[in-house]
Amino acid sequence: MTRVIKYVFYDILRTRFILLYTLFLLVSTIAMFQLDTDTGKVILSLMNIVLMVVPLVSIVFSTIHFFNSYEFIELLLAQPVNRKIIFLGEYFAVAFSLCFAFVAGVGLPMVLYGADASGFTLLYSGIMLTLVFVSLAFLSSVLTRDKAKAIGIALLFWFYFSLIYDGLLMWIIYTFMDYPLEKITLALVSLNPVDLARILMLLQLDISALMGYTGAFYKEFFGSNLGLIFSSLVLLVWIVIPVWGALRIFTKKDL
Amino acid sequence: MISVRNLIKSFGKLRALDGVTVDFHPGKSYALIGPNGSGKTTLIKSVLGMVIPTSGDIVVDNEPVMNHWHYREKIGYMPQIGRYPDNMRIGQLFDMMRNIRKNPPLLDEELIDAFRLNELVDKRMHTLSGGTRQKVSAALAFMFNPPILFLDEPTAGLDPVSVELLKDKIQKEKEAGRLLIITSHIMSDLDDLATEVVYLQEGRIRYNNTIDELKDITGESKLGKAMAKMIRGLEHTHFPPQGGTKGGVILNDVL
Repeated sequence: MTRVIKYVFYDILRTRFILLYTLFLLVSTIAMFQLDTDTGKVILSLMNIVLMVVPLVSIVFSTIHFFNSYEFIELLLAQPVNRKIIFLGEYFAVAFSLCFAFVAGVGLPMVLYGADASGFTLLYSGIMLTLVFVSLAFLSSVLTRDKAKAIGIALLFWFYFSLIYDGLLMWIIYTFMDYPLEKITLALVSLNPVDLARILMLLQLDISALMGYTGAFYKEFFGSNLGLIFSSLVLLVWIVIPVWGALRIFTKKDL
Repeated sequence: MISVRNLIKSFGKLRALDGVTVDFHPGKSYALIGPNGSGKTTLIKSVLGMVIPTSGDIVVDNEPVMNHWHYREKIGYMPQIGRYPDNMRIGQLFDMMRNIRKNPPLLDEELIDAFRLNELVDKRMHTLSGGTRQKVSAALAFMFNPPILFLDEPTAGLDPVSVELLKDKIQKEKEAGRLLIITSHIMSDLDDLATEVVYLQEGRIRYNNTIDELKDITGESKLGKAMAKMIRGLEHTHFPPQGGTKGGVILNDVL
């Protein structure tokens, strides 16, 4: 496995995309710290990057990378290497590079400018979201043989979780506003990793008071250790299930 | 020894392999012949585990192929179209393959020397011509002294000098007692390199016997002529769906 990871890693470094991504995150984080002295506000601004840009970059880069390494995968398949190892090696190498870029790009300025616990929550959610969207990217990559189609599916995942799902959720809440919805929305939020990460961060930022009774309810749930464990577990499910499904398809795929 | 039993592979509606049963014995050299799209490459890729059969069994030296990968240590594969990671240099590619195969002490680098690939180690794979790529594929197939060799159109695209170098090498390995399976459309090449003929048509085996036997039956001294005569004979008769190893016997009746 380490051998496979090593070579995928070399390949990723050679494209320099990861370097650009790190620089982009670095520049935007430093810029935000320069613009505002209130750490809370900076984290809030960064949150929007984390919730929109990180999933988008992760899912598109991973999908393109998978199709660009088709030759490498084909080459290894004729060698005495387990198919599963090839797939998981690809996954770990891509996931690690993207997580590393994120931590270096956002984490370094935080250490320089000083950040509190909310900074850690931001890093944590960013890493989890990266892993979830790399998983989804691998799933969309094995669903089709066509690169353009796979990128289309990947973008659809992103649109769905970043925009469409929230719209549906809003619609449900407005339609059934006469009923007690706290527990139901909590369950529905778990079905979207981006929402889960958003709530985790908002509650850390202590602006949940603005969200009224529901906010208080969330604060009670997500603010506690139980809530943190719950959301981490749900995010973990979001990481493992797509990659497991993708692995199952990949082991039965003709190359 | 490779034994294939009742192998069926469908790509959608198309049946690439339609109940193939064949044994490949060590120390023999097989010419796998058939029109374009008759399933030669699919058969080879199935044995390598790159294509997953719809049904049927493949066993290599008592190890079933499905979900196994250790057996591939014994196989050297030269693909019809060698596809390699674009950004990799030839030297890096060779290093990687040695590393993936756990750096065996005994390496066969005769072809690297013969094709003078050592002078090209710094060239990136995407800058190589089709012929040079083919040389790299050949060098890789022979590098680890595998007891089984699959050569899918080995001489296609090579210059006349390189063709002779490669044929000498194949001849040498044949005399060393390796199991060779060669596909080609150049009958004169196969006449020198192979001792057995397996003729595939529309995913079925229509003839499986020695070249000498085929020449005897048809009364021709050249493999090309003998094949043409046999194929014409086949076209005028209806065969039972399972030609299998009895193909030779059936042919006796035809002619």
